[in-house]
Amino acid sequence: MKIVAICGAGIGTSGILKVNAERVLHRLGIEAAVVATDLDSLQAEADDAQVILTSPEFVSAIGTTFADVVVIDNYFDTTELTEKLEAALG
Amino acid sequence: MALPPLDDAAIVIRGEAADWRAAVRLAGAALARTGAATPAYADQMVRMIDEHGPYAVISPGLALAHARPGPDVLTDGLSVVTLAEPVAFGHPQNDPVRVVLGLAVATPAQHLSYIADLANAFNDSDTTERLAAADDADAVRAILAG
Repeated sequence: MKIVAICGAGIGTSGILKVNAERVLHRLGIEAAVVATDLDSLQAEADDAQVILTSPEFVSAIGTTFADVVVIDNYFDTTELTEKLEAALG
Repeated sequence: MALPPLDDAAIVIRGEAADWRAAVRLAGAALARTGAATPAYADQMVRMIDEHGPYAVISPGLALAHARPGPDVLTDGLSVVTLAEPVAFGHPQNDPVRVVLGLAVATPAQHLSYIADLANAFNDSDTTERLAAADDADAVRAILAG
């Protein structure tokens, strides 16, 4: 399974999302590759992704996708990440 | 790789910022002082938020200001700015911002290891609160070291 974390720069905020999502997935026992990238590279990366993780600002820019778009408000809140990832993958 | 070293020059305690742009520029100026970025990098960090909105406000009270790797990034760097008065970035949930981190990344492939350290430091939900209340650079370093 593939999960893409996106932000405007492809570093920093999407990196935080990637790191915390990997922790949550590990705890849930779900095997997935999490890739951090920017909006410009999203189309290439999201082709085969099941979930796109991002913040509210990027939802409209993501455009058409077959992936579940999961919006995270607090990047450090692993409870929020856990609940939303479980809902998307469950 | 651990977090980039936080010299005194990288830390601003109770910085005065009238708005979010000024707050981001304080973080950019600190990165320039430490030699991690050119002064123009601050403009790029502001532009990222102008273009994409306040997504850099990643948790309540905390902004992680950054721009893309490029010629204005001289080496990996982190700066920490606590604000005398909180400022609004326009984020629906996480305003107002009390602490701004400035991040410069020279090598995207390697930055995730210290991003993980940063995530560890903020795993405690009161880390931003404690940073905002820090009286000096040593206190900031101690909080981020866990």
